[in-house]
Amino acid sequence: MTGPAPQRSEKDVVIRLRGIRNQFGSHVVHDGLDLDVYRGEILGVVGGSGTGKSVLLRSIAGLIRPAAGEIEVLGTDVRSASEEERTALERRWGVMFQDGALFSSLNVRENVEVPMRGVAGLDPALRRAMADLKISLSGLPWLAGDKFPSELSGGMRKRAGLARALALDPEIVFLDEPTAGLDPIGAADFDTLIRQLSDTMGLTVFLVTHDLDTLHAICDRIAVLAEKKVLVTGTMDEMLEVDHPWVHDYFHGPRARAALTAKDMKDAR
Amino acid sequence: MVQQTPQARAGGPLAPHRHHGNQRYHFPWITNPLTDNPAPAKIEVLEEDAVTRLRLSGRFALADLTALNSRLTAATGQKPVEVDLTGVTRLDTGAAWAIAEAELRAKAAGQTLTLTGGNPDTLSLIETVRKALPKPDADEVKARSLADRMEGLGRAIMGALAFLADLVAYLGLFLARLARSLRHPSEFRLTALVHHCQEVGLKAVPIVALMAFLIGVVLAFQGSTQLRQFGAEVFVVDLIAVSILRELGILLTAIIVAGRTASAFTAAIGSMKMREEIDAMRTLGIDPATALIVPRVLALFLMLPILGLIANAAGLIGGAIMSWVELGISPAMFRSRLIEGTDISHLIVGMVKAPVFAIIIGVVGCQAGMKVGNNAESLGQKTSAAVVTAIFSVIVADAMFSIFFAQVGL
Repeated sequence: MTGPAPQRSEKDVVIRLRGIRNQFGSHVVHDGLDLDVYRGEILGVVGGSGTGKSVLLRSIAGLIRPAAGEIEVLGTDVRSASEEERTALERRWGVMFQDGALFSSLNVRENVEVPMRGVAGLDPALRRAMADLKISLSGLPWLAGDKFPSELSGGMRKRAGLARALALDPEIVFLDEPTAGLDPIGAADFDTLIRQLSDTMGLTVFLVTHDLDTLHAICDRIAVLAEKKVLVTGTMDEMLEVDHPWVHDYFHGPRARAALTAKDMKDAR
Repeated sequence: MVQQTPQARAGGPLAPHRHHGNQRYHFPWITNPLTDNPAPAKIEVLEEDAVTRLRLSGRFALADLTALNSRLTAATGQKPVEVDLTGVTRLDTGAAWAIAEAELRAKAAGQTLTLTGGNPDTLSLIETVRKALPKPDADEVKARSLADRMEGLGRAIMGALAFLADLVAYLGLFLARLARSLRHPSEFRLTALVHHCQEVGLKAVPIVALMAFLIGVVLAFQGSTQLRQFGAEVFVVDLIAVSILRELGILLTAIIVAGRTASAFTAAIGSMKMREEIDAMRTLGIDPATALIVPRVLALFLMLPILGLIANAAGLIGGAIMSWVELGISPAMFRSRLIEGTDISHLIVGMVKAPVFAIIIGVVGCQAGMKVGNNAESLGQKTSAAVVTAIFSVIVADAMFSIFFAQVGL
């Protein structure tokens, strides 16, 4: 259950973490953390508050430099990559931050166009059309492109952030708490959207979440962060068998049972 | 992972037809690994009698969109089009969009566009994009008529009037809360008042004194060069005394304080507003006006006259030093000329304005802070608006004072 599943071939691994150590001053967040993410899967990363879920996401995306360890994304070593290799790599992944992190001085369409500006030979009219398409694919109304981030609700900002993350048709998307702060209906819609996009666009999704419904509904595999490393990885069913106290409490708590019942009822229908 | 064979680097068979082919490597540090792939996107156009056949193969990415779109646009309209997707290894949403759009155009022209081949992933992506396209009547943008423009002007005027009314309302709120604090001294926040006196008063002394000193120097220098032409150098003392005591000392102090303190008030209250701290105060039974506005405006009311006096003194010292250096008017002579030549009314006229300016600056700063929304942009906007409004209002008030004093003959 821990470590990479043996039946997967080496080629399928798009993110490979080995021996990651992150620390802030004397506070060690990760120590000797290993994790593999396979192509085309939706991996949900869970863990208690302060276990460094977002720190892990930020280290893979290159926003934090770990004190030690190897990070390999799509075959490139992130820590030793040259500037050019890093730029090339950044265009193959998209990051959606918790509150969208939209540029406040640009409207939604211009926000989505930002990553496309680096693509040579794409004329502005087409770029605009592509931005509108990505906005629409992210489940925003067609005219939302003219709005500024301050005019959007939290859920709409998240969708706009997703549209920007998808601007270059990336192979991997990182989602930081995609359903946090959404109402249950909005959260369920967002889950469905992620699953749909992942299926149609062949995305690999690395998502940090607290939302048990998201884990049940769309994650192929779950990785549990505890004790400064990835404690276990596996499917939801495998998680239910783990007898580590925190993991047990997490997946057998009253909220987890409710989410599980809801999922069973949906499946039965 | 990314093999860069020379052929692939050159762009494959597509490159010669590319409209912006020469721009493709304009940014040499930006390479697109999707198109630098061993199997780049390829578009073959086969013209047949009854049908135009487009055979797509390889891996499509955003950089191929312009070429694909122009081929599809050129092909649709006259003849039925058949798009063969058999050789496609990866289709991006851009290519799927171009195909879906071409379908719509063909349909509008009374022609057909059919897809052949293509694996389920490719077809489902095209289907997803089709669904995401707008409904035909979705984006009708209305042209702006003259009435719309007039509406904008009207709204701007009404907005300005409402803003003025709101400023007056905040002035009233301040006075009402101040009156209540006088009746219930236990509610009054003395610690906050002292703190703000230190912030807006004591800490502003160096900059205000330096500014006024330099203004005095400049006045003496400019005055002496002009008055020397008439042999009336000694009147430079009157020039400095009248202009600094009556106008410049207090006006420039007010402008510096407006820049320094109005922005600080707006930023402090605004960031509390942004983080819902003000709402929290209300729910806890604390009146935000008593807790935040009264101590700030009152501190400014007490401190600005003192700062104005300091500015007057510093300005006169600067003027005296420059007169001594430039014209040889000794400090003793400057003093006696100042005392006998300058009426006390000039000082009074100057100092009367100080409390009024203080109230204007304080109320404008606090009102802007209370109007901050729940995002960071509005905080920045309101802060700069507060400074501009405060300085402008101070100058307008100064002009009105001048007219008033001219009428009453002071």
